[in-house]
Amino acid sequence: MTKVTMTVNGKSVSGDVEGRTLLSSFLREDLRLTGTHIGCDTSQCGACVVHVNGEAVKACTMFAVEADGAEVGTIEGQANADGSLNVIQQAFQDHHGLQCGFCTPGMVMSAAALLKDNPKPTEGEVREYLEGNICRCTGYHNIVKAIMAASGQDVTAIAAE
Amino acid sequence: MPKDTGIGAATTRREDVRFLTGRGQYTDDIQTQSECAAVFARSTVANGKIKSIDTSAAAAMPGVLAIFTGDDFAEVGGNPAGWLINSRDGTPMHEPKRPVLAHGKVRHVGDAYAAVIAETVAQARDAVEAIEADIEELPAIVDMKGALASDNYVHDEIGTNQCFDWGWIEDNRAATDEAIKNAHHVTTELVNNRLVPNAMEPRCSIGHYNPGTDEYTLHTTSQNPHLTRLLISAFVMGIPENKLTVIAPDVGGGFGSKIYHYGEEALVLAAAKKLGRTVKWTADRTEAFLTAAHGRDHVTKIELALAAEGNFLAFRTETMANVGAYLSNFSTATPTFLHGTLMAGNYTVPLVYVNVKAVFTNTAPVDAYRGAGRPEATVSLERVIDKAARELGMDPIELRRKNFVKPDQYPFASAAGLEYDSGNYDALMDQMEKVADKAGFEARRKDSEAKGLLRGFGVNAYIEACGIAPSNLVGVLGSRVGLYDAATVRVNATGNLSVMVGAHSHGQGHETVFPQVVAEMLGIEAESIDIVHGDTSKIPFGMGTYGSRSLAVCGSAVVRATEKIINKAKKIAAHMLEASDEDITLKDGVFSVAGTDKSVSFGEVA
Repeated sequence: MTKVTMTVNGKSVSGDVEGRTLLSSFLREDLRLTGTHIGCDTSQCGACVVHVNGEAVKACTMFAVEADGAEVGTIEGQANADGSLNVIQQAFQDHHGLQCGFCTPGMVMSAAALLKDNPKPTEGEVREYLEGNICRCTGYHNIVKAIMAASGQDVTAIAAE
Repeated sequence: MPKDTGIGAATTRREDVRFLTGRGQYTDDIQTQSECAAVFARSTVANGKIKSIDTSAAAAMPGVLAIFTGDDFAEVGGNPAGWLINSRDGTPMHEPKRPVLAHGKVRHVGDAYAAVIAETVAQARDAVEAIEADIEELPAIVDMKGALASDNYVHDEIGTNQCFDWGWIEDNRAATDEAIKNAHHVTTELVNNRLVPNAMEPRCSIGHYNPGTDEYTLHTTSQNPHLTRLLISAFVMGIPENKLTVIAPDVGGGFGSKIYHYGEEALVLAAAKKLGRTVKWTADRTEAFLTAAHGRDHVTKIELALAAEGNFLAFRTETMANVGAYLSNFSTATPTFLHGTLMAGNYTVPLVYVNVKAVFTNTAPVDAYRGAGRPEATVSLERVIDKAARELGMDPIELRRKNFVKPDQYPFASAAGLEYDSGNYDALMDQMEKVADKAGFEARRKDSEAKGLLRGFGVNAYIEACGIAPSNLVGVLGSRVGLYDAATVRVNATGNLSVMVGAHSHGQGHETVFPQVVAEMLGIEAESIDIVHGDTSKIPFGMGTYGSRSLAVCGSAVVRATEKIINKAKKIAAHMLEASDEDITLKDGVFSVAGTDKSVSFGEVA
């Protein structure tokens, strides 16, 4: 067992982990932050995307010990301070960018990372950036629309449905 | 009427807030203190004889609490098929036992033959690798045509790989054969490939047992928790229904694959009882590929007989449907009644005959997936119609229009046995031609051609049977469960409502839309109405969500229950207003005495 300490959603946390413990397991099982979902264990689906030192990372592809000392952000830390939905979350609700909700935390975390680096992405850039996030319900159109809307752009011309 | 919240109101989904903030509760998110982990040992061969399973080394591994093999479930029942199909000769289909864990033979890659329960998932995984299973690999039966001709059987005890040989409508067979023989006909052969449903959330089941009350609780990724309870109780484990609660919390998509009961659910319950611990199993993505019931997998030959001017005279279909190694719960309904009854499509064709041979193979079980039989029917019909149009030199749209059921022909008895109540296919085709800009296609094609590209224009008509019901009809056709649904509308003392529904939401937004139905009827705000679903201890009964049935079937139950609330509330309002209940009207959530200014609100009546 190795002791790890990191900042998660602004709070300092620590725990004892095996070398093989993935960051996704540490967040879900040790910290009980179950909003980070595991859909594939193989870095394909993106349901486990979190932020590590400001970068979008698939938490199932990183060991917990590698995040020792890091600043980690998860979906549970995304809402506004008063608990209301942030701009991206609100746009997902407004534009029906989710159905079953399982991929949604990863989508929101990826969208946040995209908009941090590229505040006004084109539709093509959004679609390309979401290559590593799989959604099985929506067909993506409304997710793309939500992210474009969250960036403050007009979305009326983006394919409906 | 609260147009901002009632039927048709454009509202945001109330379930979104928890999903967007990481506060959803999917089965794997549930964690308890006494929890231990189950991991399954699965076959790496498609067909094999289990000669021995040595678990002694695995049992001595760190953290291991128990190991189960097929022997432990030899005395309990199998997971049954929910729909009896009789062959053309009147004999019932073959129903080999589908055990909790493979016993004697493994029959597909991924077939579980042992399970390890350990303190952690990692320990259970390590121990699974230490199980020494001597499995003699046998030739795999994969191809359906080969399977029907082979004397190598998936299930030795039934002595055939044919589950059934079904005809629909059998009385039409001779006339259809005659029509095909005597007229110009077109033949197409199609492979409707197998697919994997792959919901984003892998399956997960948690078993809990309380020795103090002898009660079991199963949390599981299900579209259909009452069916799962029924099957575990009545067929597999013999646990009395009143001693088993099945809870399907937030479910991350199903696409059909989570309608069915699976052996892993029985295993975690048996292990929970044996160990006195809560036992959790979560599939990894590999297990999702290997074990969640697959879809489609038909090989079809379809023939269409036409008169010279293009009128359809008969469709004749021969289909082989792969059911895989075991019969999943609705696997026998999908290629038969959900498929054969749609084989007249949107057309006035007088004769339809469908023959379906269901075939066992050494592959994962196949069951209802998105559309379940109906897309298979449509693609067969529409492909052979396109081929006929090409052969006859006719426009494919005109050929379809010539054969469409016309608006003045309803109710229309289709040659495949369904009665269509209404429709206007020409109007739909008109609209399609407009929306798709058919008139401008030739110009677009030329543009493409100039760039060295090809451009095509395809059309397809489609008729779908949704909300499979009613119970008396499906019972006559072989269903072993009634396909009704139930709802309870409970008015709380403070005037808000809890509505218990048998439908299960796993992305459909029931928590938002069912309150809109009730709000519309009562004239109150939808925000004061909540839906309870997915828990057999809170809901009278239900048959879950699949086949586009939630609003059609369960929504009807919600309406009926709300009508009872209105009738009762009118009696109470009449008493409060000292009037006759026939004189009470309900509008915008207020009960009034007709012709007076006397009124009382819904909340006051509550």
